[in-house]
Amino acid sequence: MTALLYRDLMLALRAGGGFGLGLAFFLIVTVLVPFGVGPQSELLARIAPGILWLGALLACLLSLDRLLALDWEDGTLDLLATSPLPLEAALSIKALAHWITTGLPLVVAAPLFGVLLNLPGPGYLWLVVSLALGTPALSVIGTFGAALTVGIKRGGLLMSLLVLPLYVPTLIFGAEVARRGAAGLETTTPLLMLAGITAGVIAVMPFASAAALRINLR
Amino acid sequence: MSVTDDKPAIKRPSGFWSYANPVKFLGFSERILPALWVLSAACLALGLVWGFFFTPDDFRQGSTVKIIYLHVPSALMAINAWFMMLVASLIWIVRRHHVSALAARAAAPVGVVMTLIALVTGAIWGQPMWGTWWAWDPRLTSFLILFLFYLGYIALWEAIEDPDTAADLTAVLCLVGTVFAVLSRYAVNFWNQGLHQGASLSLDKEENVADVFYFPLLVCIAGFVLLFFALVLYRTGTEIRLRRTRALLARQGRQ
Amino acid sequence: MPDLGKYADAVLSAYGASLVLLALLVLLTLRRGRRARAALEAVESREKKDG
Repeated sequence: MTALLYRDLMLALRAGGGFGLGLAFFLIVTVLVPFGVGPQSELLARIAPGILWLGALLACLLSLDRLLALDWEDGTLDLLATSPLPLEAALSIKALAHWITTGLPLVVAAPLFGVLLNLPGPGYLWLVVSLALGTPALSVIGTFGAALTVGIKRGGLLMSLLVLPLYVPTLIFGAEVARRGAAGLETTTPLLMLAGITAGVIAVMPFASAAALRINLR
Repeated sequence: MSVTDDKPAIKRPSGFWSYANPVKFLGFSERILPALWVLSAACLALGLVWGFFFTPDDFRQGSTVKIIYLHVPSALMAINAWFMMLVASLIWIVRRHHVSALAARAAAPVGVVMTLIALVTGAIWGQPMWGTWWAWDPRLTSFLILFLFYLGYIALWEAIEDPDTAADLTAVLCLVGTVFAVLSRYAVNFWNQGLHQGASLSLDKEENVADVFYFPLLVCIAGFVLLFFALVLYRTGTEIRLRRTRALLARQGRQ
Repeated sequence: MPDLGKYADAVLSAYGASLVLLALLVLLTLRRGRRARAALEAVESREKKDG
């Protein structure tokens, strides 16, 4: 299991994998938003939590098609499916690797980008907390989308169409935590909901992903 | 797979499950469809004409109340179509009846159109009543999300070549999608109350509807339900024929 | 024609849009169904001819 994790991490780090790319994409989204909505700092401060969450979500989405596609092409997935390790576990590891290479850098970088958008003072803590809690769910749900569409040529766009509606609850609660935090309001309820969704998704989604992948590998 | 296999059945299922046999299903739908078309057309015509011409205006909403005869039945069917797809997908996963998978596929476009009608009539109704075409009201928002789920489901069906793989994957998507659709419904509820503190725009439907409006509405709902069944039965037949054609063509190609 | 008052536009456009959408759905369904039927008949008759 650790070997698989290590391998995935190394592959992502090497050969210009998604590692820096997602982060760069996140930065670009953050930079483009003020061009779109205007430079007024009050306005930016108000929409900053939502924009940062949306940017993180899109950056996550961007790197999903290489999550399984490369392993599908070179046959690694067939090997994984026949290995003693349950496919559910293998996919959880892959989702974890995706989170470490995509989600974690986003969580770390988000406060920096928050500066660009004039995020209010108390918002930084809650932004990091909500992203740290929410991005694992994004990776796990994304793995399901990748498993569904892995057999389809040029399935990237289709995968976005399938995955984005599934991201709705996570986005709503995650952005709500960040927004309430930035406004200095009580954040307990959405935080608990977000944690609940992440925990539930981590527990259940690997089974759905593995089912979808088995169908594709048939 | 081929629906043309005429192997002698080892154990012929009876009752409801016997309609999992495509030939028997086609025969049954051929027999029942004319009646369904006529009944649904009659109910729709009766309900809509009754509602449009012979019901009074609401004292607050004026004549816009007449939109209810389209809005409520289509919204109802938009949700029930997804529910029917869920049941059909489950039957496909558990019992592997191809007719069931095809019925789920056949229902999706009908559901999309129902969702679209609900959204469009809602927007047109909202404009004079709330002063806006669209508001991020929980109910409206969840319908929009439902619409996206329908689109994804249909797109997945279209994208996969192998029919059995497509049926399996869309069934999995339907199950997962249902869970997330329900989650989204609650999330959206929370999200908007969080923003607007109870300043809800949605109408209290149950309270508003008096008997004058209620009976034509029931007829319209019956019409929409019948139309849905007619469309799904017909479309399932179409899917069965398309697949049989493909199977025959593949066999002829091999010879 | 009942008097729809100032909301005539809204009501009529709602009915119009819905009926158009329903009609489109039914027509496309029927067209696809007819084509599928015709294609199947063509293939089946060839099947019989070829034995």
